[in-house]
Amino acid sequence: MIRSLQRSKAYSFSFNIFIFLYFLFLFAPLIVTMILAFNDSMFPSLPWKGFTLDWFFGRGPEKYGIFHDAINLRSIYNSFKVAVAVTILSTVAGTMAAFLFEQEDFKFKNLLYFLMLAPMVIPGVILGISILMFSNTVGLFLEDVFGIYVKLLSPGIPLVVLGQFSFITTIVALIIIARLKKFDRTLEEAAYNLGANRLEVIWFITLKYLRPSIIGGAAIAFLMSFENFNTTLFLVGPDATLPITLYLQVRDGSTPVINAIAFLLIVVSSTIAVINLYSGKKSTY
Amino acid sequence: MKIALSVKNVSKYFGDFKAVDDVSFDVEDGKFFSILGPSGSGKTTLLRMIAGFYTPSEGKIEIQGRDMEGVEPNKRPVNLVFQNLALFPMMNVYENIAFGLKRRGERGKVVREKVEMMLDRVGLPGFENRKINELSGGQKQRVAIARSLVLDPGVLLLDEPLGALDAKLRENMKVELKKLQAKVGTTFVYITHDQSEAMVMSDYVAVMNHGHFEQVNTPQNLYNSPASSFVAQFVGDNNKFIVKIQKDERGNFSAVTKDNLQFRLDKPYDLEGDNIFEMYVRPESIMINPKEDPNKINSIEVEVKAILFDGGNSRILVVPKNSEKEIMVSLPQNRKYDYLRPKDTIKIGWYHSASVCFKGTGERVYEEIE
Amino acid sequence: MKRSSKIKIRWGFIIFFVPVFLWLLFLLILPHIELLRMSFVGTDFYGKSGFTFENYWSFFKEPIYWRTFARTALYSITVTFLVLVIALPVAFYITKLAGTKIQGFLMILLLVPFWVSELIRVYGWIILLRESGAINYFLTKLHILREPIEMLYNDATMIMGLIYTNMLFMVIPIIGVMESLDDSLIEAAYDLGAKKTAIWAKIIIPYCLPGIMSGSIIVFMLVLGSYLTPKLMGGKNALWFTEQIYNQIITYFNWNQGAAFGFLLLLMSSLIIFVALKITRQKFTKVIK
Repeated sequence: MIRSLQRSKAYSFSFNIFIFLYFLFLFAPLIVTMILAFNDSMFPSLPWKGFTLDWFFGRGPEKYGIFHDAINLRSIYNSFKVAVAVTILSTVAGTMAAFLFEQEDFKFKNLLYFLMLAPMVIPGVILGISILMFSNTVGLFLEDVFGIYVKLLSPGIPLVVLGQFSFITTIVALIIIARLKKFDRTLEEAAYNLGANRLEVIWFITLKYLRPSIIGGAAIAFLMSFENFNTTLFLVGPDATLPITLYLQVRDGSTPVINAIAFLLIVVSSTIAVINLYSGKKSTY
Repeated sequence: MKIALSVKNVSKYFGDFKAVDDVSFDVEDGKFFSILGPSGSGKTTLLRMIAGFYTPSEGKIEIQGRDMEGVEPNKRPVNLVFQNLALFPMMNVYENIAFGLKRRGERGKVVREKVEMMLDRVGLPGFENRKINELSGGQKQRVAIARSLVLDPGVLLLDEPLGALDAKLRENMKVELKKLQAKVGTTFVYITHDQSEAMVMSDYVAVMNHGHFEQVNTPQNLYNSPASSFVAQFVGDNNKFIVKIQKDERGNFSAVTKDNLQFRLDKPYDLEGDNIFEMYVRPESIMINPKEDPNKINSIEVEVKAILFDGGNSRILVVPKNSEKEIMVSLPQNRKYDYLRPKDTIKIGWYHSASVCFKGTGERVYEEIE
Repeated sequence: MKRSSKIKIRWGFIIFFVPVFLWLLFLLILPHIELLRMSFVGTDFYGKSGFTFENYWSFFKEPIYWRTFARTALYSITVTFLVLVIALPVAFYITKLAGTKIQGFLMILLLVPFWVSELIRVYGWIILLRESGAINYFLTKLHILREPIEMLYNDATMIMGLIYTNMLFMVIPIIGVMESLDDSLIEAAYDLGAKKTAIWAKIIIPYCLPGIMSGSIIVFMLVLGSYLTPKLMGGKNALWFTEQIYNQIITYFNWNQGAAFGFLLLLMSSLIIFVALKITRQKFTKVIK
């Protein structure tokens, strides 16, 4: 904070108002969404008709709360499955990519690094369609030549996992690389010197050091996967994920059950966010 | 005497750059051996070759009689105390010290006993559960040494481990390290750019410059009879004169500066070419108002320019009559010369045998007094 | 002196290399080659497929296609610029003006909304802005409006929505570099008599350029490729190019046309990013991190 600057009252005041408006802008839609989850109305809008928990626990016949809404529960389950798979795969691959680009030297390293960054600037929609087309072509090829039908290659949960993995891994890798850049490699040399082999060095020293960033990367991977829409849209099969089902409901209009889902998502993801931020700050070395 | 470490004609190239140039030396078991050199002299490269982080381009390294070629750093009977200590921040003191023992497959009570004994040795009993970032600089130092010593290495390598400490603590650690080495009896190979560290602690010191050893000897011998111009300048302080050496009809050698100051020398020199030499006289060898036999000393009249009071290391800066050459002279500790003031004229002198000359190399070490 | 140790065992490299290589080959390189190939495939009258430029021709022949394309590009640049204009003072306030105590709190406050999915955030705006939405409700209650008006489904709302959903990706990188800007530089400039505008133009913005560029690239790319926000907040005639791609692939099942569109979008985004990097003399691998 710069204290020494002389500032006019009006300047400070208008700056504070600006920041206040900015945060209002940031939170207004979320807060209204959350409040309306408890409105005893059939529509997600005002006027306020009284407090209810029906949009969470209602069993019908009029109001089906989220915990009794089979379609939405199903899609949450699908999203969860996808997110767990993507988190595990992209965390493992992202860690390996971090080691590869930070600790190894090889020909065409810069080219490969450039390629790894590419998903950051390729629109998710295009990632989705290109993977869709490629898997379709490979599937047709396998069917024509070997007469085998590979279910994995047609739209569905495995393909969604692969599609999300393709760009989330880049993000995880960048998070881990950022920390690995700060790593003092003499720690590894010290461990060798004390008799550890390469595997022990990685396990006891480097991965221990990277742990906060690996956990942080995994948390971000989970949330990004759980919420992904653009790439998923083209790869999803009959088992829709939550953003896809929610999208249809938002587009076509729905009861405040969406608000209830939104409420839960906001609470859960901000909790993960705060924990992640807090634990990230706490790591001392 | 058993040889703990033997380095034979080792060189290391990085591309065209020769970092270590044909270095050979042996270290006897249980000795404190220092490699002293300015930064960039190749001493760290040499150490890293002994530890196994670099492979020598040429030559051979033997540790306890075993050829180390192709032996991975984690399989060598040497341990290294890193310049930045490289303590594992994710582990506590106990885990740091036990790390190497566990890698050897030692488990349970043996490990705990060894760690406790080692902590005792380095004067940190009861520090097992401390976190690394809770330790002071000196404590970190000891943990780093304990972590290596607990493995009972054939040779302990130390890479300027005192560099990060502040001056007072460094003085203390010098003495402690020397005592610790005497106690455990492990062979220490210590590298430093600080000549005082090397002199105080070592049994033998190798002075390294431009990738090769200039001289290997005891600290006393390095100080008293430097083998090269570089050693004369790097070890201890010296007054440097650029001189022309002459031989008179009686066969006596003397040195003449460009201001026509003439000094007798007591040794013969090989006279060929331009006869330009560098002559060194230590400030400690110069006497003020000498009463010695005038035939044995060089004596000149000088004017006091400045008095540099620095406790036990106080000096005066003097300039000979009709000259601009500044000469440093040590002041004795007995306050005998408290009366000296700038602009006073005094006599100084030194024994003929106190000066030593080398064929000029033109190389400068630190800031020269010329 | 580089401390490359010779201790690496090559199988360690292989373990790291193979998964990364497989990932990039099968999920990035080959799919995009396939995208390119598909965009040049067409089916003739008899149902036989072969090489053709038809998919690209139709892009230029149909005004709706290239107009949507140009509109998407222009709006994306506009949104990126607006986001930057808002992000700079926000970042400045948080890094330089806010007290150290509330700094951390503001950071968390800033981040939290962006962990919530885009869909939920857009939905929040819909229930705020639509005809039966919360803002209309209050405005009519307070008799500011006689009857509710539709605030959704126009370009201005859509742009606001795009600013909202992508704001963070500009703020965070700028905060990242602004934190390292030495306060005394600003103080010295004041001391030397510089005005506020001069300080921004000569000190703060040049210093923050790497952060500004990485934020701009990410925001531009995300806006260009967004689907939900234009679809749900934009008007019926306010097509976004991603919707054209979606229509071709999902609605008309014309994958070749969709591939051509996809490739054009990719080409445009790469080109604009490339030009932006060249103008500001930044390097891609330095900016994205």
